Amino acid sequence: MANITLVQAINLALIQEMERNDSIVLLGEDIGVNGGVFRVTEGLQKRFGGARVFDTPLAESGIIGLSIGMAMGGLHPVPEIQFEGFLGPAYDQICSHAARMRSRTRGAFTVPMTIRIPVGGGIHAPELHSDSPEAIYAHTPGLKVVMPSSPYDAKGLLTSCLREPDPVLFFEPKRIYRAIREEVPEDEYTLPLGVARTVCEGSDLTIVSWGASVVQCMQAIEKSEQSIELIDLRTIYPFDMDAVATSVKKTGRCVVVHEAPLTCGFGSEIAARIMERCFLELEAPVQRVAGYDTTMPYYKMELDYLPDSYRVQRAIEDCLAY
Amino acid sequence: MPITTVFTAEIKKISILDEHANFDEKLGDGLIPNEDLLKLYEAMVACRHLDEVAFRLQRSGRMGTYPQNMGQEATSLGAAYVLRKDDWMVTCYRENCGLFWRGVPMEAILLHWMGDERGNAMPKPHWVTPIYVPLGTQMLHAAGLTLAAKYRGIDRIACTFFGDGAASEGDFHEACNFASNLEIPVVFVCQNNFWAISTPSKINSAAPTFAQRGISYGMPCVQVDGNDIFATVYAMKQAMEYTRKHGKPYFIEMVTYRLADHTTADDAKRYREDAEVESWRRKDPIIRLNAHLKNLRIWDDDKEVALKEKVALDIAAAVARAENITPPERTDAFDNMYAETPADLALQRDTRHTHSLGQDPSQLPIEAQERAAQMDAAAFAAHAAH
Repeated sequence: MANITLVQAINLALIQEMERNDSIVLLGEDIGVNGGVFRVTEGLQKRFGGARVFDTPLAESGIIGLSIGMAMGGLHPVPEIQFEGFLGPAYDQICSHAARMRSRTRGAFTVPMTIRIPVGGGIHAPELHSDSPEAIYAHTPGLKVVMPSSPYDAKGLLTSCLREPDPVLFFEPKRIYRAIREEVPEDEYTLPLGVARTVCEGSDLTIVSWGASVVQCMQAIEKSEQSIELIDLRTIYPFDMDAVATSVKKTGRCVVVHEAPLTCGFGSEIAARIMERCFLELEAPVQRVAGYDTTMPYYKMELDYLPDSYRVQRAIEDCLAY
Repeated sequence: MPITTVFTAEIKKISILDEHANFDEKLGDGLIPNEDLLKLYEAMVACRHLDEVAFRLQRSGRMGTYPQNMGQEATSLGAAYVLRKDDWMVTCYRENCGLFWRGVPMEAILLHWMGDERGNAMPKPHWVTPIYVPLGTQMLHAAGLTLAAKYRGIDRIACTFFGDGAASEGDFHEACNFASNLEIPVVFVCQNNFWAISTPSKINSAAPTFAQRGISYGMPCVQVDGNDIFATVYAMKQAMEYTRKHGKPYFIEMVTYRLADHTTADDAKRYREDAEVESWRRKDPIIRLNAHLKNLRIWDDDKEVALKEKVALDIAAAVARAENITPPERTDAFDNMYAETPADLALQRDTRHTHSLGQDPSQLPIEAQERAAQMDAAAFAAHAAH
């Protein structure tokens, strides 16, 4: 066991899987000599050589398009998109090709690929460096979408992604890249995609969240006197609705928390599914605490935008008082 | 010397068998053995006939929108003829002739345009990717496929096709830049057929050639008469030799012309002159090769009649195979999304005819389950009748 950060956990997972599987190749902007702008790939080019860890021209569509071809050719590329705000140019390659290749060729070609993407706000970054676009990709059939909230989960989930036969977007919440440390086994282990984690058990209310917001939820729960259950979705698609429904049937109340904008955020899907599966057990409408339907503000106002423990607490109180 | 020349470039054009069937013996002698030349001619005639059949299938409601290849047969065929069997050919949607040369069955292409994904399940040994419909995205995949081979130490190149319109897409430039800078052996073939639906090539490039776009990415570039099978073969041989030797990309502009509408849904009379089309009909790659074969005294009208009869039979059989394929399973769309269908998606698949999507079918009353099954059958019968 080592007490490490999320950045170190991802680095460790990459090392271990690259040693295990020589099909894994890393590419992206500044990931080689520089080790990535967040240092997630630090030391990997030196360790595995320039053919397995290489810098590309600054073109996100090119990075993903090249990776799709590499995956069709039998490798498991791991492209890094430097910030989630730079996904835009790659949207066509991800959604029009990576997501559809298996379906449109009836399995003759597949795209095993793990796209790593730092995501979310809270680090005083410039504009287009702080968004949370996970719902866009969860809405695109053919993709899997993963977002860990802790070093332990990051290592286990990424290891699973690197063994996936289909394209995955692995979102890394940059706000907690170094903010939390955790004991993480140095031996390899996997956490299955599509399985949520019950962070803490409770009987009065269920919170469903993912990514960096899980930390805000834990702070809110610590301040609350009620018995609150927290479910970290971990995988946005496929998502563990069984875990959510089981919990909500027990507590009768649910608050969903995410950084992404409210409208058509993934919380909308969770709320609709709870309606379908838990209608008779519900004691109150599902509450959502989310980013606003505004452009992600520049950093002076980003903490006003991001759900914090105070807003989560207020939603808990509203939901319980209903 | 405050001003110096740091770079100059020129673009050569290759023409061997011109539209009047004049043959440049210096470049063309020994380039293609007569035996192969006959096969190439037959391939072009077959591809042209398939085009005509496909057009009629569309007009009679037996096939969806179809993009005709007429006039452009010599471009992809020249490349396919030169490539090694296990080199990748990564095409757009007007390269049927080259795909057939590599052994892709005609019914695969027909099925694609008949709205059946199974047409894209191209067998691996053909080393071709499925038809790409959005313009300009496939060149990056060609680079990735080749890079994967390079990574494994396999001697394999890719040849990727795109049009003058697609050469305006950002991905085209990214693919050129990636292939050059990362040293990936890809032959980029721009089929300049002068029209991207109604957009003339001058709107897609203000420069005198498309070939010169390769210069800015450090590639050798050449322009060829794309309706001249000798010229396309000649250029492709040079390109293949270069890419294999240096592990770097090469750029060929094949100048050709789209004799038909963009697709069966288009009417080219709205935007181009008949006289222009007529002038290009005289430059047809099949007409000039026919004349050349006759000049060589290895072809005559009897052989032509026999060939057309054989081709008609082959294509009728391919159409029959495409039309008589078993109906797709209605679960195929669900079961091909992921290697392992997520439970939630499986539930949608199994309950797609219930009123509440996602409802467990075992919870439905028996009558409702039967009604759902009948709806399945009725919907399919209606579809088949249509």
